[in-house]
Amino acid sequence: MPLWLDLTIRVVAVVVGFLTLPLIVGQAEHKVMAHMQGRLGPMYAGGYHGWAQLVADGVKFVQKEDIAPRDADRRVFRLAPLVALFPYLLVLLAIPLGPDLVAQPLDVGLFFVLAVLGVGVLAVLMSAWASANKYSLLGGLRGAAQLLGYELPLVLAAASVAMAAGTLSLPGIVEAWKPWWLLWQAPAAIIFFIAGLAEIRRPPFDMPIADSELVFGYMTEYTGLRFAFFLLAEYVGIIVIAALTTVLFLGGWHGPLSDQLGWLWTLLKIFALSFVIIWLRVTYPRLREDQLQRLCWLVLVPLALAQLVLTAAVKIAT
Amino acid sequence: MTDDGERGTPGKGLVQGLAVTLKTMTKRSTTRQYPDVEPELPPRSRGVIALLEENCTVCMLCARECPDWCIYIDSHKEEVVVPGAARARQRNVLDRFDIDFSLCMYCGICIEVCPFDALHWTPEFEYAETDVLDLLHDKNRLGEWMRTVPPPPAHDVLGEPSKEEATAARKAAGPGAATAAKTNVRRASPTTAERPNRAAQAQPEPPEQPQ
Repeated sequence: MPLWLDLTIRVVAVVVGFLTLPLIVGQAEHKVMAHMQGRLGPMYAGGYHGWAQLVADGVKFVQKEDIAPRDADRRVFRLAPLVALFPYLLVLLAIPLGPDLVAQPLDVGLFFVLAVLGVGVLAVLMSAWASANKYSLLGGLRGAAQLLGYELPLVLAAASVAMAAGTLSLPGIVEAWKPWWLLWQAPAAIIFFIAGLAEIRRPPFDMPIADSELVFGYMTEYTGLRFAFFLLAEYVGIIVIAALTTVLFLGGWHGPLSDQLGWLWTLLKIFALSFVIIWLRVTYPRLREDQLQRLCWLVLVPLALAQLVLTAAVKIAT
Repeated sequence: MTDDGERGTPGKGLVQGLAVTLKTMTKRSTTRQYPDVEPELPPRSRGVIALLEENCTVCMLCARECPDWCIYIDSHKEEVVVPGAARARQRNVLDRFDIDFSLCMYCGICIEVCPFDALHWTPEFEYAETDVLDLLHDKNRLGEWMRTVPPPPAHDVLGEPSKEEATAARKAAGPGAATAAKTNVRRASPTTAERPNRAAQAQPEPPEQPQ
């Protein structure tokens, strides 16, 4: 196969996944959230139980006027949604679905993924500052504090599993994964998942958006397609966090018949975790800003450090 | 995260919250899909007011009692020649009976005060209009609602007989039996009132089912 064809197939596959998986998660969120609240959710769009609701939403967003506030810093304002969206696309490139099913196997995959995820805070600050809106600014600053804070437990928890596997390559970590790691790395898994939730600013960690006090946080001034990009980024974020947790802690493609159905196992685990993310959103109220920071610095960071020590101890002992 | 000891095991509340949402998800949702599925209204729901034109005597009680004056009545008098009577009788003829449902507050006072049961509640409720002026229903429109009025509830077996029944029974019994029928009414035995002759002999009878 010529290089260009190989490259095209890989990129197209990732882009297709990038565009369809968030839609599936978004529709699932509509329906799951509705039923958890005793409602039905969308029922009309597309005819059968509103399956096309998000498509209709997309059409609506495209039709809307692209407004930038008068005092906004236009170039930064317009760039921010893309900066929010693009890192997740890059992360998806490095996530393995099956033993050889990865768009771009990287030796430093974990490092790359965490570094690129960190770009997200830039998008938040860009949109917040450029909007020339006090709610946006407040939301953006909250977001920055939250993202910087939760970056630490996220990285520490990921470092623990990297230490256990002895590699930074994502396929390598899945290869080295053993079922008993579920117990050994359980605290790290939980810390990673919670910190990941905070990283993508999902409820109960949606203090930067907090629609009841900040209108819509740093997204207040956005309309149309740019707003849709932010929303898309949120849902790709769910996929990315679920996928990373799957790959790092839940053994990725490991499972019965993993030789043929490895990719299916990965996808199943990703969707199960996405369901948990939706479930948490429906169940828990938003954390206050001080609770949010306290959870991060007084609970998650010490726990993550303790897990690192435990991992190191077990690693040396064996 | 910092649950104190009084509330039991830490994290218990968090798990309970998750259980509540999961349990709700497995139950059927309570959403009524109204335009697609007709709602199951309780019997005798109060949707709109219907007019039985034949019963209306243009006494104007409803129009006068209406708190927001949304009933408009016009009428004229008509001479009715009754054969055998000394002089012609006069009768009110209803020309116009409109209810403005944009003003109506559905208190039902007009229905309560109507002495001849010309006004009725019906469970119909789908008469929304795009123009507020179209909410002024004339007597034909109000008459059409009569189709949807549920039949009146069956008479209470243990209750007093209806005024009509008592009057009919009194007339049938002749002028002398009137008091006897009335006393029987007070004994709260509706069937005896229909048969004043036997009732006058004061036989205690178990009440029968009417009809």
